[in-house]
Amino acid sequence: MSRIEKRFAEVKAAGRPALVTFVMGGDPDLATGQAILEALPQAGADIIELGMPFSDPMADGVAIQLGGQRALAAGQTLRGVLGMVEDFRRKDETTPIVLMGYYNPIYIFGVDRFIEAAKHAGVDGLIIVDLPPEEDEELCIPALKAGLNFIRLTTPTTDDKRLPAVLKNTSGFVYYVSMTGITGAVIKSRGAVGDAVDRIKSHTDLPVAVGFGIKTAEDAAEIGKHADGIVVGTVLVDAVARSLVDGKATDRTVSAVRDLVADLASGVRRARS
Amino acid sequence: MDTEGLNSLRNGPDDQGRFGLYGGRFVAETLMPLILDLEAHYRAAKIDPAFKAELDDLSVHYAGRPSPLYFAKRLTEHLGGAKVWFKREELNHTGSHKINNCLGQILLAKRMGKTRVIAETGAGQHGVATATVCAKFDLPCTIFMGATDVERQMPNVLRMKMLGAEVRPVTAGAGTLKDAMNEALRDWVTNVDRTYYLIGTAAGPHPYPEMVRDFQSVIGTELKAQFKESEGRLPDAVVACVGGGSNAIGSFHAFLDDPDVALYGAEAGGHGIDTENGHAASMTGGRPGVLHGNRTYLLQDGDGQILEGHSISAGLDYPGVGPEHAFLHDSKRVTYAPITDNEALDAFQLCTRLEGIIPALESAHGLAQLMKVAPTMGKDQSIVLCLSGRGDKDVESVGKYLGLL
Repeated sequence: MSRIEKRFAEVKAAGRPALVTFVMGGDPDLATGQAILEALPQAGADIIELGMPFSDPMADGVAIQLGGQRALAAGQTLRGVLGMVEDFRRKDETTPIVLMGYYNPIYIFGVDRFIEAAKHAGVDGLIIVDLPPEEDEELCIPALKAGLNFIRLTTPTTDDKRLPAVLKNTSGFVYYVSMTGITGAVIKSRGAVGDAVDRIKSHTDLPVAVGFGIKTAEDAAEIGKHADGIVVGTVLVDAVARSLVDGKATDRTVSAVRDLVADLASGVRRARS
Repeated sequence: MDTEGLNSLRNGPDDQGRFGLYGGRFVAETLMPLILDLEAHYRAAKIDPAFKAELDDLSVHYAGRPSPLYFAKRLTEHLGGAKVWFKREELNHTGSHKINNCLGQILLAKRMGKTRVIAETGAGQHGVATATVCAKFDLPCTIFMGATDVERQMPNVLRMKMLGAEVRPVTAGAGTLKDAMNEALRDWVTNVDRTYYLIGTAAGPHPYPEMVRDFQSVIGTELKAQFKESEGRLPDAVVACVGGGSNAIGSFHAFLDDPDVALYGAEAGGHGIDTENGHAASMTGGRPGVLHGNRTYLLQDGDGQILEGHSISAGLDYPGVGPEHAFLHDSKRVTYAPITDNEALDAFQLCTRLEGIIPALESAHGLAQLMKVAPTMGKDQSIVLCLSGRGDKDVESVGKYLGLL
């Protein structure tokens, strides 16, 4: 059983959804980024998505784009993000880590070399925004063969006809993007999200996590009624941004993220009570 | 798709949208159903005689096709080699080749029932052509344009606004074409239901590179027929500038299987190919990667982060190139070479003074390449430049550069 499967089984047994938190690897600087990453489990994050910064994040909103720019300006690289996971794993053997980003840095790193390095570092899964099932031969199939989970995004435009193709090589969990749009936009209809989760669940036994537009503990509690997991990202990257003074980390930076995660964790814990 | 034979270079792309290694569909899942739908509609339109008839009619009566093939006598004498010809795409309505593609795609957007159009633009030529067809077909349109380009291409910004388009300056990154395309993709991912994304160059996710090429191929097809009628044979060389590469692929495609016709693409060499991040010559100075939905040659650093690039020409200032060019570069069918800002400026002035034609700075890159090749050819040979756009939009920035303002 992979770390991701194990974690979803644990939270299911506890009668609540999983809290999946996204932070940008190396934002706002390499040392603070590492401290944020390591603070997440204790604050209540069940699964971590760690962003691999990219110069042209076409599916992200401005908050995550700026987070990526801060990380790149601080000298972050793909190799550096893998190093973050390696350091994290020395202290935490159980919290699943999913790397999230765009394909080009991996393609340039070398697909085989990347998969080997990710396995070695203790990465559990990958979410690559610009690799739809039509391009599965590129990275998805080799990653699955190597024992990494490949987590796919499904969206409101993924209809019943297309869903089986999208789910075919998906493992770990399904990430339902609750709206058409970029990260950080405002969720429109919570009811429609529940219907969509049910629709996906009629096609797969995998856990379904919902992301895009979840900003508060109330959102987490509400969406968490239907979903096996809820994903938060933009608000955390925003919290980093708001804690900075002249673009530099302050003593509030790590705690700002930690407090917000703790609040969101309280939301998922009351989702089904 | 042309199927003239197994060894034809005109067979691409394959079912996966690949030209060899290049092309593909590297987009977010939200967009995947849309580009599959677009492909299905395009396949249907391509074989529909009514679609072709309407496009042909508009090309003649609205855009002014066929564009003339012009013998540049003084330039020929000046260069002292091959006969120099211009395929006058700058005489099309809106002043460039961009209208060819916009007419095709707007008819497709109407067929698909879309009610809003978005587009990216660099020099503003595609933005103007898009705003023009949207005015004609009564569709609201939003044009994304880098803030830097808004500044250096003000006449085109004004034209777009007068035509009723909303021009959204993009401040991210260096504020050029790459950033405009990111922003357009973000808009598309948000407004998927009713929005048609009218990509202006032969790049992006499949089927755009194929579709834009098809709509632009009228350039080379006409040129071939016109040259044959005038000279009774094929030209010896064809030259075009390459940013994303739509006028170039449109000029080259009809000649890909004619090995006696040499093909030259002029990339933006900026301050020089050895100047780090100081040029936009993705094939000469970049390597294969994945951006904006396709695999192609890209300017990037060792970590796969995309560089901004530089060119005096806003239309060539893009760190990538259409995937079919990447394929033709590897196969060596087309020779791609960098032209510096200064070489382009010299060509711009020479053309203006000798022929009384003010070329776009983009097209001046092609002319500079022609000026290197023509003198090495025999006087009985012919070389044709795709004069892709007129230079009215550039007179202010060139004037500043020359100290006239």
